[in-house]
Amino acid sequence: MAPAETTPERHVTGADIVLDSVVKRYRGQRTPAVARLDLAIAAGDIAAFVGPSGCGKTTTLKMINRLIEPTEGRILIGGRDVTKEDPDTLRQGIGYVIQSGGLFPHWSVAKNIGAIPRVLGWDRKRIAERTEYLLDLVGLDPREFAHRLPKDMSGGQQQRVGVARALAADPPVLLMDEPFGAVDPITRIRLQDSLLAIQQELGKTIVIVTHDFEEATKLGDKVLILSAGGHVEQYATPEQILTDPATPFVEEFVGSGAKLAYLTVSRVRDVSTQPVTTARVGEPTGEVLARAEAAGHTWVVVVDEHDRPRSWPTLAEVRSKPEISDYLDRRLPVVARSSTLNDALDAMLATSQGAALVTDGRGAVTGSLSIEAVTEVIRAKLAESRGEQENLSYETYVPGTDPTPTPVVAADEPGTAAAESAEPESAEPGSAQAS
Amino acid sequence: MTATASPARTTPAAPAAAGSALARRLARLPMDVWFEPLIIVVLGVGYLLWYRSATLTPTEQASLGWDNLQTTILEHVKLTLVATVIVVALAIPLGILLTRPALRRLEPIAVNIANIGQAAPAVGLLVLFTFWLGTGFRTAVVGLVVYAVLPILQNTIVGLRQVDRRTIEAARGIGFSALRTLVQVELPLAVPVILNGVRTALVILVGTATLSTFIGATSLGTLITTGVTLFLPKLLVSGAILVALLALIIDWLGRLVELAATPRGLS
Repeated sequence: MAPAETTPERHVTGADIVLDSVVKRYRGQRTPAVARLDLAIAAGDIAAFVGPSGCGKTTTLKMINRLIEPTEGRILIGGRDVTKEDPDTLRQGIGYVIQSGGLFPHWSVAKNIGAIPRVLGWDRKRIAERTEYLLDLVGLDPREFAHRLPKDMSGGQQQRVGVARALAADPPVLLMDEPFGAVDPITRIRLQDSLLAIQQELGKTIVIVTHDFEEATKLGDKVLILSAGGHVEQYATPEQILTDPATPFVEEFVGSGAKLAYLTVSRVRDVSTQPVTTARVGEPTGEVLARAEAAGHTWVVVVDEHDRPRSWPTLAEVRSKPEISDYLDRRLPVVARSSTLNDALDAMLATSQGAALVTDGRGAVTGSLSIEAVTEVIRAKLAESRGEQENLSYETYVPGTDPTPTPVVAADEPGTAAAESAEPESAEPGSAQAS
Repeated sequence: MTATASPARTTPAAPAAAGSALARRLARLPMDVWFEPLIIVVLGVGYLLWYRSATLTPTEQASLGWDNLQTTILEHVKLTLVATVIVVALAIPLGILLTRPALRRLEPIAVNIANIGQAAPAVGLLVLFTFWLGTGFRTAVVGLVVYAVLPILQNTIVGLRQVDRRTIEAARGIGFSALRTLVQVELPLAVPVILNGVRTALVILVGTATLSTFIGATSLGTLITTGVTLFLPKLLVSGAILVALLALIIDWLGRLVELAATPRGLS
């Protein structure tokens, strides 16, 4: 299920990272911020660091590019011990992205992206070409955005520019410090998908720090769960962590969300999607109708010249115009093939639609995913986990063998009779479980 | 330096947009930019009309005659500018040094010393310096410099400190050296605040330079003191109005520089 497995021919340009008994101790503090951390990140992988605040995840990240100097230990990137190198030169070869991009507010997008190439002495033409390529890669139109100032862009767009700037000198390693912390949930999902698509294309080694476990399982090929003092609780694939938490800490950290966590590790591409009939803007209606009817579809997807979806009218709606209109449906639920089923469900619920369109890394539509397909996955997963528990049902139950009182889940507003009677009840389930 | 260059360097790439952008920028000009020259013109024209119609006694003529008046004004401007150049050359580098990690601890001490310079009465300060350096232009400049260090030093420190830590961290994180971060990121982002300090210092200096007349340096204060001692109201009022005009003009020019030097992305 990890991206690396689905495309074995993937071109890896990243370098592996090894942390060899790295320690960070701050003066005047008794307990070290990071105590003896050993870690190996494979080239071309995404490693997600997650944990409660103060667990040393950001400290560990910043030790890799030596924004924070490790007190002890070695850090090797591609086999090179970087603790001996000049920190500025080292950082020029490592991409670095922080929350909301950390763009220089007084520079245009193009100048921001060209920052490190200029330091490295690239010529003007090469920088311009690279800037254009990178803006295109992160999904921003170079003609529209190259000369904008950061303040004239949305948070998500700034974040994309931040990623482009980090990739400017084509570094093998990309470090991201809570990159998607400051954007709204819908934008965050888009940015995550876009990062996965970029990673798929470039094969860099990416280390990402996040406080969001769901984000870690979605992005990480491997997830590192840290507890206070940079103590490694578990370093494994998201599936392993969800199905086989190594310690009680991990179990608690993963939390009750784990019941449906399967949705966050299964991707849209793992579920069967239905083909759709696409229609270009400006096409004559007759041809489109004929094509849709031949395929047995009751609606079509209108796409632009890059096959990106604009709207999804029913055949009746299509008939209302002589040719396909360029109407843009702003509430179109669109998910990427790399999106998790959880994202897909979110998108459908957010737009109150029973299905979502599936797009590839460049935003071109590849099919549709219905809510039934998603619920089918949930049902199958629930049946599976129920099978593991004792198979008790109304029919097989022997009357009088279970003393558990009726559980009260929802209480009314305080002050009502129902709430008052629920108060002592809430202590019950715990004691019942203990018995 | 870099601040003035960076907006200029980015605009030529979009020449079509530049014209309309300039028009939009002019329309959005803050009120003080056009209101201040209005007052300057009214005051200046009023004084000029009076000056041309006034009949002067020989004593008044000695001070207010155009040749003498011209010298006095130029002398005053010279005193102000020389002091400003020295203050800028001292206070800005000092402010930068005091915000570097290694010297940050010294900052309260330096600001306190500068504070004493400003808190001491200007006349007293100037007179005290004559005991040490004698009278004349040089002493006046030294006194003025001590008096005007604080606003520039303070604003340089505040300006550099208000730069978002995350922006600086991003600069270091992508591989900018400390010096490059200072020159290309921190200073351009601190320019509006620093220039504001320079403007404040200039205005203080124009006013305070009048006092240098007490220690034998010529300035518009000479008109005022002569006016007071010989009871010549024309001299007294002329001196006062001309100092005010000069202060307003310098303040306005400073404002224009500030506006031009502020990076586009900050307004």
